[in-house]
Amino acid sequence: MSDSIINLSYNIPANDFTFAGEASSNVKKMLSQLGINPMVIKRAAIAMYEAEINAVIHGGGGIADIQISPEKIFICIKDEGPGIPDVEVAMQEGYSTAPEYIREMGFGAGMGLPNIKRYADELQIDTEVGKGTTVKITININ
Amino acid sequence: MKIRDIARILDAEIVVDAGNLDLDVNCACGSDLMSDVMAYVKENVVLLTGLVNPQVVRTAEMMDIKVVVFVRGKNLNQTITDLAKDKGITILTTKHPMFIACGKLYSAGLTGRGVWD
Ligand SMILES: Nc1ncnc2c1ncn2[C@@H]1O[C@H](COP(=O)(O)OP(=O)(O)OP(=O)(O)O)[C@@H](O)[C@H]1O
Ligand SMILES: [Mg+2]
Repeated sequence: MSDSIINLSYNIPANDFTFAGEASSNVKKMLSQLGINPMVIKRAAIAMYEAEINAVIHGGGGIADIQISPEKIFICIKDEGPGIPDVEVAMQEGYSTAPEYIREMGFGAGMGLPNIKRYADELQIDTEVGKGTTVKITININ
Repeated sequence: MKIRDIARILDAEIVVDAGNLDLDVNCACGSDLMSDVMAYVKENVVLLTGLVNPQVVRTAEMMDIKVVVFVRGKNLNQTITDLAKDKGITILTTKHPMFIACGKLYSAGLTGRGVWD
């Protein structure tokens, strides 16, 4: 992989439950091609997928930007949705504002953000009510 | 326990055969909420679910889960089966409900459990 940095960018459409996860799937494929440790790939894939689904469900769609360097995988998921009023509360296991129809789709356990925290080496959430949310995830490769 | 044993024990139909029926599975996770599944850390897992949508296959893909059992005789649409073929995930369907399906696998020796930390 030498010193090169790979940049990837994806559009995340809102409310498309067939397409949702495609960006994470592509990134996972790329990480496998690069020969990165499968445990590291799994952590990156799950963390990104949770953030991608949140952008689809809660954020009205968004953009994913990924940087892969020899040291780390950096994932940035940005939306211009309603924002999160209280991040500390949103981070609690089981806390969810997902409506019933989302739960019927298999989401809304309130486990997404806790899962991201569990699998990421670093997590930063920048959010403003009425403006949107940016979730930044770092996974160290070694 | 091999994937083909799971199919036999659950009287399941093999809807997608990803060519891994001899793969060994040593624990199971039964859930209808995908983020609950993603909190579950373990290798060689079979996922049992009553939820029918493509995100089940996505979740399995992210978690390196190679076999999914849809319980209670659900009919799957082609979006799901095509995605599973593309991702190399075997899909089984059983008429048994979740509780019975899990019970049958457990009694047959699939007792390994993962960690929810
Ligand atoms: N991008 C976002 N924009 C607005 N609100 C969000 C966003 N991401 C998360 N939230 C808020 O934080 C809550 C908790 O998020 P989390 O991902 O932990 O659970 P969930 O998405 O509701 O359910 P799960 O992830 O288990 O399917 C959400 O219910 C929502 O209120
Ligand atoms: Mg979520």
